[in-house]
This record gives sequence, structure tokens and C-alpha cells, in this order.
Amino acid sequence: MNLRRSEFHAFTGSGSSRFLYLVPSAAVVQLDDLSHAVLETLAAGDRSATDLVETLSDRWKADEVRTSVDELLGLRAIHTVAAPPPKPKAEKPKRSIPLQTLVLNVTSKCNLSCGYCYEYGEDKIVEAKTKPRFMNEATAKQSVDFLFSEAGDSPSVNLTFFGGETLMNFKMLQSALAYARERGAALGKEVNASLTTNATLLREEIIDWIVANDVGVTVSIDGAREQQDKFRVFANGMGSYDIILPNIKSLLARHRRRPVGARVTLTGQNLDVASIYTHLFEEIGFWEVGFAPVTTSWQREYAIEDEGFQKLLSGFQSLAADFLDAALAGRRHGFSNVRDTLEEIHKGMSKAYPCGAGLGLMGVATDGDVALCHRFAGSDDHKLGSVFDGVDHARQDEFLQKHHIANKTDCASCWARPLCAGGCYHEAHTRYGSTVEPNLHYCNWIRAWTNTCLEIYGTLAERKPEYLAQFD
Amino acid sequence: MRHLKPINQKARHIQSIIDNDVVALQQGGPPQGPHVPLGCSFVFSPGWEVDSNGGTAGLCQPVERDLFDCHLTCFWPAHVPDLYNHAPDWTAKCASAQKDWRKIDLIFP
Repeated sequence: MNLRRSEFHAFTGSGSSRFLYLVPSAAVVQLDDLSHAVLETLAAGDRSATDLVETLSDRWKADEVRTSVDELLGLRAIHTVAAPPPKPKAEKPKRSIPLQTLVLNVTSKCNLSCGYCYEYGEDKIVEAKTKPRFMNEATAKQSVDFLFSEAGDSPSVNLTFFGGETLMNFKMLQSALAYARERGAALGKEVNASLTTNATLLREEIIDWIVANDVGVTVSIDGAREQQDKFRVFANGMGSYDIILPNIKSLLARHRRRPVGARVTLTGQNLDVASIYTHLFEEIGFWEVGFAPVTTSWQREYAIEDEGFQKLLSGFQSLAADFLDAALAGRRHGFSNVRDTLEEIHKGMSKAYPCGAGLGLMGVATDGDVALCHRFAGSDDHKLGSVFDGVDHARQDEFLQKHHIANKTDCASCWARPLCAGGCYHEAHTRYGSTVEPNLHYCNWIRAWTNTCLEIYGTLAERKPEYLAQFD
Repeated sequence: MRHLKPINQKARHIQSIIDNDVVALQQGGPPQGPHVPLGCSFVFSPGWEVDSNGGTAGLCQPVERDLFDCHLTCFWPAHVPDLYNHAPDWTAKCASAQKDWRKIDLIFP
């Protein structure tokens, strides 16, 4: 019976240790010299166990080799040629997944005119005039009720306010959150609230409310003045940096109970990850900084193209090296992209879907229509129901069936699919006109970046396993 | 595991399944937790000890089929004579196990 290597990605830590990232289970194991030798021998072609015993007999005893082969078989790092691993099926989740996060697009209006905005810019999905510009109180309260009813038995729910510019509808935020907390207390559920803002309207009164209500805040900001003012401008073209800086400083000084994060949009013109990070983390004092490449169709002038992706990767890698140094030295580092990925690796997440959109997370448009996520809120093509009539489960099932990783043939041979699963639906829709398409334009980038994170993971497993224990 | 060290949670989980699932008798005491023998109960061929649901309703039908199935494919083969050397014609008169099983020769070592 011949043995063959199954799907895995081999990587190393900082020392001589060798690791395997197994696909699709997403298990990470460390190899000893014998297991490594078995896999190396099989790399040259299929062999029987007896052959392997003979080939490796100069260094290892037969029963040792057989034990190693059995262990590799058990973990599906190898398989017998006659019994290849089963092809994955697009199965619906076995238990219905409760709604955990509801993102309320409280307004479609914004006081900035960022050139790359997916909501207003050249790639917008929803025509703003077709929907009310602001969500009213009744719709917001109905959304809260909808969240509680769809959350099932979950002990806590996440309510996220989003826009447009979220704080342009501050009055409604107050009543919606007060109502959610009141209902939550009656139902015995915790309500975790958060919002995203461009920080232009963060006046003292609003900060008071944020602090008093323990609201998590993410600030959209692109870096230092020059970087921020490239795209994040007012309608008259004036940059927003000088307006937001004092607001952010005041928020950071007063809001100490929950980490305040910065969320950076990277464009072809703004790729200097290191300087952006230094400014936001060290100079301004954000708790963490997350980076995301701009979502855009390929021909836009701010789109990141091949060369840009290379630059972005080396920027990410060098910042990731700083992250590792900090983790080894026991210092906190705020590069949240690495930390998030390490946690996913540690848990062994093997995703059937790239994210929770349409599953544990949904977005509500200003009129109460429910869609996959906040980025699709208001789009009739991506509607899954409404807060008044509930979720259209037939439509949700159809969505889940169509978007399952087993149905993305382009991803079938990629070792990074347990973590990537084809990437953002909205990005795919913007690039390729369909949420079903995998984001093929950044495959190489994702694989290189995932490998970097795996190497960091391996190094921490070798040299500082207690760091990883925080994810247990 | 001796040659692989589980590092992340998923690897530890898989290891716990492996450790608690397939055990040979010489590996010591009874397994912890539910234990279903590996072999026919995991494939489409019906089993002889428990069926794929862990019950007995779907066992080999008829039991005589053991002769032509279990002794070839099962991890714990039915006891049959040595068909290759000593008794190659053991089942020569048995065209259909269901009907002719009484015609099978008795073989003595």
C-alpha cells in the first residue's frame, strides 16, 4: 500500500524546528527529525511503509519509522494512495449559528468626502437617494429587538454603529443604546456596543457618552497629516487631520476602559506601513492599529497594483518582525493584523466562509433592510430580510450554499484556504462583480503573509509558548 | 504522539480523538469514552459487531456474508481456513453463501 503526502504547508520557526500547517484541518504540529525524513522521502514520490522503513533503516529502527508513519496518517499529513482524503462538501453548519453582531448603518451621510470611499465613491453599490439618509429611532429599536430575537441563547450580543459618519446621528445612538441595554437587562443578556467614526465630530459631550456607556471605538485614520489629508478630506478639499487630532487625543486621554483602535485604509499612494504605525501607535497613542488595503476596482488611481502589493508585503513583514521582537521581550505591540491572525492560527480555525457576514453578523440599512454586512446594507441584491419581517432563511441558506469554500474551485488547491476562504465578499463584488468569486488578485500576497504569520507563530511556540497561552 | 508535537488547539484536539479512538488490545486498558471499532462500521459495508449507528439492527445480512466479506476486508477477520495454500477449494461447492452455506467443507488442520 503506497503512501502519499497530503495537503500541508511546511514552515520553520526561528531555530531549527520544523512545523506543518495541515490543510484543511488547520492543525499545527512540530516535526521531529524522523517525521521530517519520512515526509522528505515521500516528496520524491509515493512509497510503501516497508520501503520507507528500508530507506531510513540506516538512521532509525523499523518500529520507530512505522510509529511515525502511523502518526502522520492519523493527522492526515499523509494518506494511502488507495484512500485519498475525502473531498470537502458544501455542508450547512450543523447547528444554526445565532446572530452575534448587528451593524447598524445609522446614516448614509458623511461630512468627509474621502476619494476612495466604497459607499460614496466610484464603486458604490447603493444609490444613496433611494434610502432615508438617517435611521430613525423606531427602526433602531426594531433592530435591537431583531438582534435579541435572532441571537437565540447567546449570553451576549454585539451592537455596532456604523455610517456614513456614525456620529452625525448621535441623538439616535443614545436612545438606541439605552433601549438595547434596558432590553438586555430584562433578557439577561449583555450588550457590547461599539462604533466606527472619522473623529471629526468627537466633541466632549459625545466622549462623555462613550465613556459612560463603555462603547468601543474604532477611528478611521490613515496616518500622519500628509497621509491622512491625501484622501480623507472635507467636501471643499480641506484635510481633516488638524480637526481630528485634538478630538482623538481627548478621547484617548479619557476613554481608558476599552482599547481604542485605529483603522487604516492603504492605497497605492499610502503604503508606508512603518511610518503610519509609528505615528498612530507611538505618537498618538492608539491601543492598536489595523491596516486594510482599499477596496476598489482595479483601474482606480488609488488601487494597489502588483508593485504596490510587494511594497505592502515587505512593509507588513518588517512591522511583523517588530511585533515578534516585542512579543519575545514581553512588550505589547499594536499591529493588530498579526495578533488577529496568530489567534486564528492558534485556535486552528478552518473557515467554510471568509467571515461571519450573513451568518453571525449582519448589516442593517437606514430603512431596516438587513443585508450580509454593513458594506452591503441597503443593497437589494444582497438583502437577507428586514428587521421588521425577520431573516429570509431560504435566501440565507442559498447564500451559504453558494459561498461555501467547497464551491470555490480556485481555492481547492491553496494551502491558505483555511484562513482566507476566498476573502472579502465586498472586495470580490467590487473587483469581479460577484460575491461568489474568490479574490484572486491577492492570492500570492495572502499566502506570503500567512506564511509570515505562521513563522511568527512557530517562533513563539519555540521560544515563548506562554505568549500563545493567552489565546487558549 | 512520539514524533509529532501538537502545537495549536486544533492539533491537540485531533490528538485527543486519535488517542481515544482506535486502540489495540495490547495497548492496555479499555478506552475512555465511547468507542466504536474501526473497520466495517466506518465504511458502507455493514459491520458484524455494531453497525454504523453503533447498534445491531444493520449488521451483516445475511450473516453468511461474513465468509466472503469480513475475512477479506475486515480489520478483525472472520476465522477461515488458509485459502491460498491449504484449502483453495474450500468454498467450491458454495455458489451462493445464502443458499449453499451448508455445503462448505469442514477443514481440519
